[in-house]
Amino acid sequence: MNVHQSLTTAQPIAPLPSISLASDASDAMIRFEGVSKVYPAYRDKPSVHALQAIDFAIARGSITGVIGRSGAGKSSLVRLINGLEKPSTGRVVVDGREISALAGRELRLAQRSIGMIFQHFNLLSSRTAADNIALPLEIAGWSRADIAVRVEELLALVGIADKSDRYPSELSGGQKQRIGIARALATRPNVLLSDEATSALDPQTTRAILDLLANINRELGVTIVLITHEMSVVRQLAKEVAVIDGGHVVERGRVADIFTHPRHPVTQAFLSEAIGDSVPVSLASRLSPQPVAGGKAVLRVQVRGTEAGDTVVARVSRELSHDVALLSARIDEIGGQHVGSLILGIPGGEAAAKQALAYLSQHDILVERLGYVA
Amino acid sequence: MSRELINLIVQATGQSLFMVSVAALVATILGLPLGIFLATSRKGELFAAPPANGILGVIVNAARSTPFIILVVAIIPFTRLIAGTSIGSGAAIVPLTIAATPFIARLVEAAIREVDAGLIETASSFGASPLQIVFKVLIPEALPGLVLALTLAVVSLLGYSAMVGAVGGGGLGDLGIRYGYQRFMPEMMLAVVVVLIALVQTVQTAGDYLARRVNRRLRNR
Repeated sequence: MNVHQSLTTAQPIAPLPSISLASDASDAMIRFEGVSKVYPAYRDKPSVHALQAIDFAIARGSITGVIGRSGAGKSSLVRLINGLEKPSTGRVVVDGREISALAGRELRLAQRSIGMIFQHFNLLSSRTAADNIALPLEIAGWSRADIAVRVEELLALVGIADKSDRYPSELSGGQKQRIGIARALATRPNVLLSDEATSALDPQTTRAILDLLANINRELGVTIVLITHEMSVVRQLAKEVAVIDGGHVVERGRVADIFTHPRHPVTQAFLSEAIGDSVPVSLASRLSPQPVAGGKAVLRVQVRGTEAGDTVVARVSRELSHDVALLSARIDEIGGQHVGSLILGIPGGEAAAKQALAYLSQHDILVERLGYVA
Repeated sequence: MSRELINLIVQATGQSLFMVSVAALVATILGLPLGIFLATSRKGELFAAPPANGILGVIVNAARSTPFIILVVAIIPFTRLIAGTSIGSGAAIVPLTIAATPFIARLVEAAIREVDAGLIETASSFGASPLQIVFKVLIPEALPGLVLALTLAVVSLLGYSAMVGAVGGGGLGDLGIRYGYQRFMPEMMLAVVVVLIALVQTVQTAGDYLARRVNRRLRNR
């Protein structure tokens, strides 16, 4: 790694504190340094600032999720990593090489050490599974014999050895993505980019593909960058995450930290989708904004962290000397941390509700009043 | 029908097949790269060269909008330059080729444009060079469409070849006009039409079969 170079590089734009996901500069497999990407105005379309002031690093051997809404700039970000697009400003450094400065033959050589998988698999319909996997090797100029050996290995690695002579049209989505993964790994890259690779798959197949990617990361030490709009993908596979919105990285860090204490509204929205902490329909339809005589106040308690949720019902009950009703609960584990929400029904009128709110706030537990039910 | 007349038909069929196959071959050799270039040279594409794309597009359109019979006559000096003569089946190959090349180029362009742009991006992401993308991705993926395009071009050439009789090109069309129409021999006209129909049917059936053979997209459906 060229530590010296990265220390002396001027960083023209650095609005976010330069906390690196990598523990130090030499650990970084991918570094964005002051990167922006502007698509110039074309005909009647105005220019688009797809990415602005991107400054972060992805650690060698890590699995990093990049999550954002469609149009947030995720695809541009991943295409900067393998040089399919050039940044408008700044540098992109992959494995010590400034990929954003390469062109022509040098760029094509560098691209062989960066594999990529796609949402729609992008397999050649005219080639069998084995020949699809062989494509990058043919492009790299491998001999026929070497290709045959390598393709065998790869077919076994992704678990479709029996499908080697099948054409893509004869295979399921999961099998096609396995071919895509084998093809991406063919030239032994040290970075694997996944562009919404599971978005076209059913949940069960998604799980199997994500497990395969986790194995590949563990066994081959390949650095994986997952572009996705699905929280569940990040949660299952990634250790680090960057949340991207409007062309900016709005939040980043360890998955456990970011999703237990989300700060940015976009992160919060992803989290509530993922853990499904919306109010159940049957409850929502009964909620009234005014207190109901003899009814209960409805509070939503956010659970964040290892122990937060475990005893909250018992503690509030004890504090109020009333039995608190648990109306709905959803707690998930993200990166070893409990994340979710409880919806409590507090009997005993307005005074009890106020007391419960005060007690929970005092103990740094996030709580909000949703309304009242009979 | 007399033996002599049958010999005339056989001879004319031979002339037609000769003109059409040589013209189709040369026009494919010229039209395939031209079509691939037209399909890949717009702004932001593989061989981006928008001015060249624009100019070639205009030339191709001009050639395609010229009626064939006018093209044949208009390029007689050029035909003489290439073939040494402007009369006969050999000379007729020149206008046939010039008419078929832009036609094939447009058909090839359409077939190549049908290839999913994602596949080009995928190959680029492995570090494939533009030429590798053409030979390993675009042509194999467009092959069913290319086969059908060439089939269509050959069928059209059979039609065009009937017109070169006007400049002494020989062939089935010439025979039909001279014997069937001018000598008023309807049985000759009928025979020529039947042979042409049989040729077109054969070419189309062969093309369809070949296109199906190379198409891996529709299997199991």
